[in-house]
Amino acid sequence: MDRTLLIISTVCFLAAVVHSVIELRAGVFRPMRFNFFAVGLGFIFQTAFLSIRGHSVGRCPLTNLFEVFIFLAWSVALIYMLVGPAYRLSLMGAFTAPLVLLIQGFALIAPIDIRHPAKVPANPWLEFHASISTVAYGAFALACIAGVMYLVQERQLKTHQLHSIFYHLPPLTDLFAAITRLLWWGFVLYTFGIVSGFFTGQPLPRVQVVAAIAVWLLYAAILQGQHLRRIAPKRVAALCIVGFSAALTLLWGITFAAQMSSMP
Amino acid sequence: MNLFCVGLSHHTANVETRERFGGHAETDCVLRNAGCTEALLLATCNRVEVYGASEKRVSTDEITRCLMRESENTSAVGDLRYSEVPPFYRYEGAKCVQHLFRVASGVDSMVVGETEVLGQTKKAYEKARASGAAGPYLHRMFQRAFRVAKQVRTHTEITRGSVSVGSVAVDLAQRIFGHLSNCKVLVLGAGETSERTARALVSRGVSDLRVSNRSIDRAHDLARLVGGDAIPFEEWPEQCREIDILITSTSSETPLLTPENLAPMLRDRIDRPLFIIDIAVPRDVAPAVNELDGVYLYDIDSLQSVAEQSLALRRQQIAAAEAIIAEHVADFVDSISRGLNRASQPSEHPFVGDSSLRTSEL
Repeated sequence: MDRTLLIISTVCFLAAVVHSVIELRAGVFRPMRFNFFAVGLGFIFQTAFLSIRGHSVGRCPLTNLFEVFIFLAWSVALIYMLVGPAYRLSLMGAFTAPLVLLIQGFALIAPIDIRHPAKVPANPWLEFHASISTVAYGAFALACIAGVMYLVQERQLKTHQLHSIFYHLPPLTDLFAAITRLLWWGFVLYTFGIVSGFFTGQPLPRVQVVAAIAVWLLYAAILQGQHLRRIAPKRVAALCIVGFSAALTLLWGITFAAQMSSMP
Repeated sequence: MNLFCVGLSHHTANVETRERFGGHAETDCVLRNAGCTEALLLATCNRVEVYGASEKRVSTDEITRCLMRESENTSAVGDLRYSEVPPFYRYEGAKCVQHLFRVASGVDSMVVGETEVLGQTKKAYEKARASGAAGPYLHRMFQRAFRVAKQVRTHTEITRGSVSVGSVAVDLAQRIFGHLSNCKVLVLGAGETSERTARALVSRGVSDLRVSNRSIDRAHDLARLVGGDAIPFEEWPEQCREIDILITSTSSETPLLTPENLAPMLRDRIDRPLFIIDIAVPRDVAPAVNELDGVYLYDIDSLQSVAEQSLALRRQQIAAAEAIIAEHVADFVDSISRGLNRASQPSEHPFVGDSSLRTSEL
């Protein structure tokens, strides 16, 4: 039942992607209503899946790589729905849907939904740490998407080749403001996530801690450089993509390592 | 009842011919002399068209005579003979409906997607309605045309982008900065094109405008005209640290702005884009400036190229617009047809059937 909900959710995101591609090919790009509706519907089914799975495992559904990916996709959709309309970033839906589809599709196809018997009772600090960190990754993912949009817009302006999509992108300065806000949100949430990790009462694997702090330092450096006007907006946008790739790799590594250690 | 349209446009007649007919005729003349039940005259700079509804077929010659008779009363066309009249086109029935929908939607316009024609069509309709020349048939047809135009505008990209150099510059500024009210603009060179572009930016909310020119008197004159401040010419390079938009059109033979002299000024404003509109020939800004981070340089050719891209984009949308129009034409014809079946007197309703769908061009 729970996987059916997830498949329906994935179909919603797929519909948003197909709709965007068709409109782009036709040279008519009006992502506003349909994309927001499709992503919203997909989000509802994701929420239903996570709720059922949470009840089933008796804790926050972040017990294996599959659940982590779904929770991450859910966080991306959540933050898009919070940020998109507020900052007139409706086009972000056209960029968000493929990312969510990719994460969720991979989670569904790959044989990673392996249930492990809980070795330790539910730990509120651990659950807080895992969930807040994943939501932070969602904010970084959106910053990465806004970064891609910025680079697309910037490239078209530089080359004087303006395509249909150009007229639907928010102004460069608005996009950069959105990137900055998303980076700050992600950074603050990620900081909470790292700090809460020290309160879990469990031994902390050194490699994971070092990697997490390295990602934190990378984002801190981006924000500091931007704040002190040392890094140009174009480079900040590019660094958002690099940062999220690093964060995603770390998330994969942490979850993979946790799964390996929990195997009998 | 026959619905028809007789007219000429930029497709069939040159401007000299169009201006001979534009605005001379009145709908009263068409109603009185040509025997139409309803009539509406649409006269714009690109077309002169009569839309009519009549019990019996009104010939194109009759309509042409109406337009000519008025024309002949003016000295400009006093020497025009009937034999010299250019080919008027004629659309009947569904073709007439389709033509009106295309005109109102801007599909038939010289600049595809322009919206001015919709306003002119609405005005023409209001005028005919107020004088009683437009009755129920034209009312239905024109109301539907306004709906179609709105739908085409909303569901296609036919009005997207700017198609003139001045509006492209302003449009790009908005694409970079969003609201222009906080933008600082420097106009370098007090030429006519600079003035036009500056005025366009002011009309979009720019309030901080500075003008610099080799002749400080001309700078003061332009600053007064556009509501800005005059800056001595030797001080303009320093302004590049503060401004967001630079419009330059001096008669300098060598580039005033190069990467070498601009790069140091950009260091303090790394987080703010600089949009440079270089409309001077020869150019005031070295093309390599566009390679600098955060600098967007557009010269007259690149602005023209963007305008052409917009126009091409609009042309690509014609098929989508035609599909919407075709759907509405079919629906309109169908609704008229259903009205005919319900009515006891078929003659009270406009055309239906193949015989009325013919189009002839004289």
